[in-house]
Amino acid sequence: MRAIRTVAVNVFRESVRDRVPYNLVLFAVMLIASSYLIGQLTAGQDVKIIKDLGLAATSVFGLFIAIFIGIGLVSKEVERRSIYALLSKPVSRAQFIAGKYAGLVLTLCVNVSVMAIALYAILAYMVWATHPASRAVWDAPGLDPALLKAIFLIFIELMLVTAIALFFSTFSSPILSAALTFGFYIAGHFNADLKNFDRVVDSKVAATLARGVYHVLPDLSAFDVKTEVVHGLPVAAAYIATTTAYGLAYVAGLLLIATFIFSRRDFK
Amino acid sequence: MIQRRDAVVLVGAAIAMASAITLQAARDRAYPRDQRADEQLLYVSSGAALNRITLAFDAVAADVYWIRAIQHYGGDRLAGPKAAAKYHLLYPLLDITTTLDPYFNIAYRFGAIFLSEAYPGGPGRPDQAVALLRKAIVAMPHKWQYYHDIGFVYYWRLHDYQTAALWFQRAAEKPNAPNWLPPLAASMLARGQDRTAARFLWQQIAKSEEAWLRQSAQRALVQLDALDQIDQLESLVNRFPPPAGERYSWPLLIAKRVLKGIPVDPAGAPYEIDPATGRVQVSQTSPLYPMPEEPRRLQ
Repeated sequence: MRAIRTVAVNVFRESVRDRVPYNLVLFAVMLIASSYLIGQLTAGQDVKIIKDLGLAATSVFGLFIAIFIGIGLVSKEVERRSIYALLSKPVSRAQFIAGKYAGLVLTLCVNVSVMAIALYAILAYMVWATHPASRAVWDAPGLDPALLKAIFLIFIELMLVTAIALFFSTFSSPILSAALTFGFYIAGHFNADLKNFDRVVDSKVAATLARGVYHVLPDLSAFDVKTEVVHGLPVAAAYIATTTAYGLAYVAGLLLIATFIFSRRDFK
Repeated sequence: MIQRRDAVVLVGAAIAMASAITLQAARDRAYPRDQRADEQLLYVSSGAALNRITLAFDAVAADVYWIRAIQHYGGDRLAGPKAAAKYHLLYPLLDITTTLDPYFNIAYRFGAIFLSEAYPGGPGRPDQAVALLRKAIVAMPHKWQYYHDIGFVYYWRLHDYQTAALWFQRAAEKPNAPNWLPPLAASMLARGQDRTAARFLWQQIAKSEEAWLRQSAQRALVQLDALDQIDQLESLVNRFPPPAGERYSWPLLIAKRVLKGIPVDPAGAPYEIDPATGRVQVSQTSPLYPMPEEPRRLQ
């Protein structure tokens, strides 16, 4: 456990050194600028749009961090040949993978938390600046705690994307890993359509194949409850719990396969 | 301390950027792109396809299309009658917006009011307004406001009182529906329409917290006031017809001391009188023009 923690903390420090937190400044500036501009453009829908934009930006910035740092987690160590020094220490390959993953998840957690605080700060300003009568037409309260449901599921989705990136990073080059992870991200959002493939094709084989692919690919669209939350619609706690459990199980599976592949790699 | 070479590079960069901006401005003057941008608004016209393409960002895409819809509407409204195609993209833009975000309440209600409004205030397409509101009901069947809005379109724009009453009745059956809906439906079935019902409905809409909806309702209420004034003026005109061989005119009524001056509508524009028939109407220069085609009372 100590070895995992040491690797994780080093990944976090490295991401800070790589100026990853700069995206937080960009996020805050974007939200502040948009809150002013959108108010001029949107016929009273400014708070809805700020929520949409804030949640989408949290997702996009997190995705970039997950992919572009995740793909280099293992391959960078191999390219720099620092892997030899690392593995000569009392760190098993499984601990190395787990530590790298935990470090990036910690980075993402800090980023997502700060972005959530920035979003709530802007919303608090909007609530303060808006007349109570005008607030009455909002679908949901400005400082709706339910936003945290969407942010939480975004974080779980990012954990899954990080696991995918790390998985590819154990056996392919950074560019290929980035392409494959991004491909999985897109396929994961189309994935739900495969479930009902039998409604559009007559071939039973094709339908069964599609259903198989549906189960193998990550079902990322399930993590998207942004629209519901922004409109103040209910998102059941059981849904969040099931989706979270699904995400964590998928992450565990990917990390175990990644460890298996990495354990068999020969660095001589 | 900036080196001379660095200074040269910076000056060179500034010159290059300034040249780019100048060229851009010159090109925009020579080849205006407004029309092309308009056509590109619907480069992807399928809301369902956009829903797939935008992955997890459909709500943001809906916001973008919503902003485009109100810019398109505002642009055409400000352009006045000279614009070639009026509001032709309003329905597709609102349709895409609500496909991307089926809970976008205000997009449905905006469509209900402005899609049904007659040219030049809107495209005059109550059918599209009803189609959009039916879509809203599929997404949110429990909201009485959409049933009410469909009833309102049938009543105010299509003058179909039977259908309007049916939709008001359906609205009354939904949760949290106001208690004035059942009597409104009943009165519509019994008497069709009178101006009191119209005024009452617009007054309800004028209580909305949405500024644009309030403004639209307030304008309609002023138009109803103008209709009352027109009735009074026509009554005067009929009581004091011109002598045989002469035509109807305001100066004639002023000379007879029936009127103190040329009457003006609530927006301050003078009313016009038809010299042949004596019919009174608002001027085309009035902010109240065009007046709504008033539903008729059932006999």
